[in-house]
Amino acid sequence: MANEAQGAQRHPRHVASVAIQVILIVLIGGLAYGAVFNAVRNLARAHIASGFGFWNNTAGFEISQTLISYSASTATFGRAFWVGLLNTLLVASIAIVLATALGFVIGIARLSRNWLLARLAGGYVELVRNVPLLLQLLFWYNAVLKSLPELRDSVALPGGGFLNNRGLFLPRPEFAPGFAAVFAALLVGIIAAIALRLWARRRQERTGARIHFLWPALALVFGLPLVAFVLVGFPLGFSLPEMGRFNVRGGLEVLPEFAALLLALVVYTAAFIAEVVRAGVLSVSHGQTEAAQALGLRSGTTLRLVVVPQAMRVIVPPLTSQYLNLIKNSSLAVAVGYPDLVQVFAGTVLNITGQAVEVIAITMAVYLAISLFASLVMNLYARATAVVER
Amino acid sequence: MAAISERAFFYLRRAPAERLPPPAARAGALGWLRVNLFSSPANIALTLLCGVGIVWAVPPLLRFFLTDAVWSGSDRAACLAAPEHPMPGACWPFVRVWFSYFVYGFYPTGERWRVDLFFVALAFGVAWLLWLSAPRRDIGALYFFVVLPILSFVLLHGAPLIGLSVVPTALWGGVLVTVIVATVGIVFSLPLGILLALARRSDLPVVRLAAVMFIEFVRGVPLITVLFMASVMLPLFVPEALAPDKLVRALVGVALFASAYMAEVVRGGLAAVPRGQYEAAQALGLTYWRTVGLVILPQALRVTLPNIVNTFIGLFKDTTLVFIVGIFDFLRTIEAARADPHWAAPTTSVTGYAVAALFYFVCCYGMSRYARGVEARLARAGRR
Repeated sequence: MANEAQGAQRHPRHVASVAIQVILIVLIGGLAYGAVFNAVRNLARAHIASGFGFWNNTAGFEISQTLISYSASTATFGRAFWVGLLNTLLVASIAIVLATALGFVIGIARLSRNWLLARLAGGYVELVRNVPLLLQLLFWYNAVLKSLPELRDSVALPGGGFLNNRGLFLPRPEFAPGFAAVFAALLVGIIAAIALRLWARRRQERTGARIHFLWPALALVFGLPLVAFVLVGFPLGFSLPEMGRFNVRGGLEVLPEFAALLLALVVYTAAFIAEVVRAGVLSVSHGQTEAAQALGLRSGTTLRLVVVPQAMRVIVPPLTSQYLNLIKNSSLAVAVGYPDLVQVFAGTVLNITGQAVEVIAITMAVYLAISLFASLVMNLYARATAVVER
Repeated sequence: MAAISERAFFYLRRAPAERLPPPAARAGALGWLRVNLFSSPANIALTLLCGVGIVWAVPPLLRFFLTDAVWSGSDRAACLAAPEHPMPGACWPFVRVWFSYFVYGFYPTGERWRVDLFFVALAFGVAWLLWLSAPRRDIGALYFFVVLPILSFVLLHGAPLIGLSVVPTALWGGVLVTVIVATVGIVFSLPLGILLALARRSDLPVVRLAAVMFIEFVRGVPLITVLFMASVMLPLFVPEALAPDKLVRALVGVALFASAYMAEVVRGGLAAVPRGQYEAAQALGLTYWRTVGLVILPQALRVTLPNIVNTFIGLFKDTTLVFIVGIFDFLRTIEAARADPHWAAPTTSVTGYAVAALFYFVCCYGMSRYARGVEARLARAGRR
C-alpha cells in the first residue's frame, strides 16, 4: 500500500503535476526575459557597455597590496581581478590556519576538567559568537590598530621591525639562489615521510609490529631542509625596514587593513570552530574510551587511535563549512578597505566600468566555484571515512 | 594434605589491613575547589595561569568602563585627558547625547511615537510566537506574518489618508532599521524557506531543480555580493519607473539570502518527521497541501524551532552588512557618531563600539538562551 502510494507520487502522471512544472518554467523564463529586457534597455539608456571586453582595458587605479606585479598605468582590469583574488586567498588561507589552531585549543579548553579554564573558554565563545563580525572588524581596525602610535613614535620591535598606525613592518626574508635546494629538500622530506608512513602501516598490518613513526618523520620533514640549508651555506638574508621621515622603506609591510581583517576572522571563526570541536569530542561515547582502556591501551594511545579518529569524522564536515564561511566573510574586507576580490573588483572596477551585471556575476562565480569545490572535497572525505555498516 | 593446606592458605591475611587515609573531601566548598581547580599539578598550573590572566584583564576593564569613565559633560573636552584624570575611561556622555540618533536615526522627532508603537507591536508579536504555551498561536502567526507587516508599513512610512505624514526611508536609521531588516528577513524568509524546502523535497523534477539551484547558489556566495547585486542590479532588472527604494533593495537582498538558509533548516525539520506520518495522512485521504499543512509542518517546525532561532541570530548579526550598501543601520549610526569632531577623543570609538557590542550581545545571547531552552524542553518531551 505504502509503496504503491509513494510510487504514484514519484511518477507523476497527473496533469496537475505537469501543469505546475510548465507554469514554473514559464514563470522563471518570463522573469528572466523581463529582467534581461529591462537591463538591456536601462543599460543602453545609461550608455554602459556590455560584454566582457572591459577585461582587457587598462585599469588605471592603484591597489595597496599586490602579490603579483601590478602597475596602475599599464595593468588591465583582468590583472586587478587576479590581484584581488590572490589577496582574498592570502588572508583566507592564513586565517584558516590560525583559526583552526585557536579553535581547537579553545574547544578542548572548554572541555577541560579545570573549572576556571572551561568557564573562560565558554565565555570567549559566547562573547565572540554573539557580536557581529563587522563590528569586531571595525573595532580591531578603528579602535585598536588606528590608535597605535604615529609614524615618528613607532614601536621598535626586537629583531628590527616597526609597529605604528600605518601597519606592521617586518624584516623581509631575501632568498639567495641556493634556497631552491632547501625547498627541494623540504619537498623530498615530506614525500619520504609519507612513504615511511605507508611502509610502517603496511608492515604493521602484515607483522603486527609497531614502528615509531613520528620522530623519524619529523626528522625527515625538518631535518633535511636544515641540512640542506647549512650545506648550501645559509642562503637567506633579511632586508630590514628603515625608518624614513614620512614613511618606512623596505622590509615586509603588513597593512593595518590586512591585520585587522585577519584578527577579526581568526577570533570570530575560532569561536565557531571551538564549538565544532567540542561537539565532535563529546560525540564519541564514553564507552569507547572505557573499552580502549579495558583493552589495555594507554591514555595517549586511546586518544590518538580511538577518540580522535571518531571525533574527526564528526568534526570535519562542519569544520569545512566554517572554512567556507570564513572565505565568504573575508569579503567584509570592503568595510576597512583591504583590497580583496570584492573591494577591488565588485567595488572599484564596478564603479569605474559601471558594468554591474558582468562584474557581480564574475565575483559570485568565484565564490560559488570555491564553495562547490569544497563541497566536492567534503563529499569525497565523507565517503572515505564513512562507517562501514554490517 | 596437611602440609599443602598450611602452605596453600599462607597468603590469607592474619591481621587487619593498614587503614587507608580517608578519601580527600569531595563535598563542600574546599572539596569542590580541590576537584575542579587543584586536582593535579598540571591543573594547579592552569588555574594559576587563568587567575593571572583574569587579574591582568579584568581590573583595567572595570577601571575603563566604570571607575575612570567620564559620566558627564557636553563635548569632547570632558573626555580628553586632563591633569585631574590623566587616563580618562569610557566617554559615556557621548552615548547619552547621541542615544536618540542610535535608536531612531533621523526620524523626525515629532513622529517618533510611531516608532515606539512599532516596537511595542513587534514585541507583542514576537512574545506571542515564542511563548510556546501562549493561547491561539495560530492567530499569533497570522498577526506576525500578515497584520504586523501591514501595520508597520502604515505606521513607519505613513499614510496621509489617516493623518500620518510620510517619512521617507532615507530618514530611518539606527536600531529601528536594524530591527526592520531583521524582522523583514524573518517574516519573508520563513515562509519562503518553507516553500523552498518543500520544493527541494518535491517529486516534480523541475520544481526540485529550481529550488536546489536557488538554495545552493545563494548559500555559495557572500551576503555582501547578494547585497551588491540587490543594490546595483535590481534597478537594472525592473522598468525605470519601478526602481525600488534603497532600503527596499537591501531588504530584498537580505530576505532572499535568509530564505536559502532557512530552507535548509526547515528541510532538516522535514527530514525528522517519520515517513509513517506521510503514509498515515495519505491513508486518511488528505491532499498534499493538507498533509503538509496539518500533519507535517507542525511537527517539523516544532523540532526545528531552535535551529530557526539560531538562523535568526545569524541573520540578526548579518543585518550589519547593509551598512556597506549605505543603509543607516545601528552600526552605521555608531560609525557616523564616532566621526563627529565635536566628540573626537581617543576613547570615543571604544565607547561607541562597546555600546554596539552590548546591544548585539544582549539580543543574540538572549535568543540563543531561548533556543537552548526550547531544545531542552523538546528533549524532555521526546523522552518517554
